[in-house]
Amino acid sequence: MAYTEEEVLAGLAEIVAEESGQPASAVVPSASFTDDLDIDSLSMMTIITHAEDKFDVRIPDEDVKNLSTVGDAVSYIAKAQA
Amino acid sequence: MGLLDGKKILVTGVLTDASIAFQAARLAQEEGATVLLTSFGRQAKLTQAIAKRLPAEAPVLQLDVQSQEDLDNLDAAVREHVDSLDGVVHSIGFAPQSVMGGNFLAAEWADVATALEISAFSLKSLAVATQQLLKDGTPGGSVVGLTFDATLAWPVYDWMGVAKAAFESTARYLARDLGPDNIRVNLVSAGPIKTVAAKSIPGFEKLDAEWPERAPLGWDNSTAEPAGRAIAALLSDWFPATTGEIVHVDGGFHAMGS
Repeated sequence: MAYTEEEVLAGLAEIVAEESGQPASAVVPSASFTDDLDIDSLSMMTIITHAEDKFDVRIPDEDVKNLSTVGDAVSYIAKAQA
Repeated sequence: MGLLDGKKILVTGVLTDASIAFQAARLAQEEGATVLLTSFGRQAKLTQAIAKRLPAEAPVLQLDVQSQEDLDNLDAAVREHVDSLDGVVHSIGFAPQSVMGGNFLAAEWADVATALEISAFSLKSLAVATQQLLKDGTPGGSVVGLTFDATLAWPVYDWMGVAKAAFESTARYLARDLGPDNIRVNLVSAGPIKTVAAKSIPGFEKLDAEWPERAPLGWDNSTAEPAGRAIAALLSDWFPATTGEIVHVDGGFHAMGS
């Protein structure tokens, strides 16, 4: 079953909050992973791995580097599962 | 009947599913082995997530090879899951960026020392930490490590290459000193593979560029499966009289002059 963008955002917020220690409420579409959420490359790999498993998608490394905001990741995942 | 039926194997260095160690762990399980992983620090969360992608989820034990406490605790940590080991996979390496990527002449000793400790001395540390477990296992235990041909100077690899030379030599001395316990020590020398470790080498593509053309079998840098298979083979009983050896899994690149 495909997740809606709202569901992806909620699920991703939980994953990001767990990894970054930031409150889930800070994980908004406009937030930049590096600048606003202080996520480095190791944390990003962990987040992507959890997101892949949760939403049953694969996000190749060459695409990960284009995901600079939470919103980018949400749209990518929403499209990838379709 | 699997190649590694009933064997108990400790695999270090699983970070993502592109890791050579991940392929080794996956193939070992598919061939009948029980697999335990190690990780440490912030990487451990990623290793735990990836451990769920193995055919059977493997426990992740704490091991920072720079921590004597972790090394001392490893025997007991392993014994919480299995009573002995038949194989150990060393897939650990690190060099600060300052000593790779063309900075050979500018490198400072403190950074080189870190590279040598984590990438070469750790093979001795890991072998000693697991020696009793291997002695308690089925006779013919196997330690397998991963190198990148250290007989030559490469573009950008710099002090990591020197660390690999020390690593290869360490494997030979370990083969000498663990042979009397019937423990084999061998290395797999793989061609360039696009792992996290490779991506952390600035200018990796320079190292990688000629490979597909020069290797008579060709070379696919996107898969660690061939290296994983060689590791599984060396862990098995099918190399019973082989130790101190380096098996090249590089498409034949090392044997060609140009």
